[in-house]
Amino acid sequence: MSIFEYNGSALVAMVGKNCFAIASDRRLGVQLQAIATDFQSISKIHDRVFLGLSGLATDAQTLYQRLVFRHKLYQLREERDMKPETFANLVSALLYEKRFGPYFCQPVIAGLGDEDKPFICTMDSIGAKELAKDFVVAGTASEFLYGACESMFKEDMEPEELFETVSQALLSSVDRDCLSGWGGHVYVVTPTEVKERILKGRMD
Amino acid sequence: MGDSQYSFSLTTFSPSGKLVQIEHALTAVGSGQTSLGIKAANGVVIATEKKLPSILVDETSVQKIQCLTPNIGVVYSGMGPDFRVLVRKSRKQAEQYHRLYKEPIPVTQLVRETAAVMQEFTQSGGVRPFGVSLLVAGYDDNGPQLYQLDPSGSYFSWKASAMGKNVSNAKTFLEKRYTDDMELDDAVHTAILTLKEGFEGQISGKNIEIGIIGTDKKFWQAPL
Repeated sequence: MSIFEYNGSALVAMVGKNCFAIASDRRLGVQLQAIATDFQSISKIHDRVFLGLSGLATDAQTLYQRLVFRHKLYQLREERDMKPETFANLVSALLYEKRFGPYFCQPVIAGLGDEDKPFICTMDSIGAKELAKDFVVAGTASEFLYGACESMFKEDMEPEELFETVSQALLSSVDRDCLSGWGGHVYVVTPTEVKERILKGRMD
Repeated sequence: MGDSQYSFSLTTFSPSGKLVQIEHALTAVGSGQTSLGIKAANGVVIATEKKLPSILVDETSVQKIQCLTPNIGVVYSGMGPDFRVLVRKSRKQAEQYHRLYKEPIPVTQLVRETAAVMQEFTQSGGVRPFGVSLLVAGYDDNGPQLYQLDPSGSYFSWKASAMGKNVSNAKTFLEKRYTDDMELDDAVHTAILTLKEGFEGQISGKNIEIGIIGTDKKFWQAPL
């Protein structure tokens, strides 16, 4: 059994019109047993950058703490927030530092860059960045998410339609994956507000 | 001078609360060739005298103004070899920042890190402070900026500043001539005039260096 499948997770980020959505499942398991049904995989780094971490939960937590640490110092030193592209590069550099003893995580970074342009990217556990214009996926349900997103995605969706699309893609994908699910957690971020919503899906 | 007893070891304060080595370093700077910088509304200019010890020296091989990144340049007064070491360290720091964040380093961050290096050499064993003061000129997202770094590691942002031999005359001249809404071309003109004020001998394109950065954020040396 792969170390990446120990806890189970599903993450997806999608680009809309001057907005983005990032969503995750809510299951935390230890192999086949579900331990928590309210596990948070997505965290806010600052108002315009969100980070989702899939994979081994302990590594996700530690990596998250390290990144928050680095970002807080950056904010103090430079008196500004990190741009999402900059943050993605920082994550990539930190992951590669552990090239021969890596964090077993796959991060998804989503944010609003200059001029409110949405930015999403994912990377593998050693920091190989994958920038995409439409959507990125991660976690044990990633194969299913690829299929669902590819067929449901449309360009330039407004926040409400984006929310519906991301939610449907997430729920239908995690239903196929036994290691992720137990509901969904969706953030839809526009330049003016962040809408956080909990989805109720199949609770198994 | 009671202070001279405390000039042998850098790590000791003198009774008057001074670090005498730093005072001596500032003297070394003060006897160096004049350099100055002016921040305009749309750019920054830095300039220095380039008096060579003999006419036999190939003046094209001497580069007193250097660039640290494509959008940050630096000039010095004081000891040339110390300057080269600092330029090398600063360039490395700027590149490390870029490697981590894939962003060009902001001027304030580079100045802060270089100043931290200079400060290290005032609080370590067996080393002496750098015998240079630097004028860093850059243009980034916060606009044009001009910083002066001293051997102690302290740094200040200036609208216009001068260092080296002719510092008091040059600063008086700059105070009279500086205006907040100065354009870059005026600033270059004023810089050359200021250098001319204290110049011994005939000023020409061969014995000064000018570095300019404008809204295009590219630091370049004016060919003279």
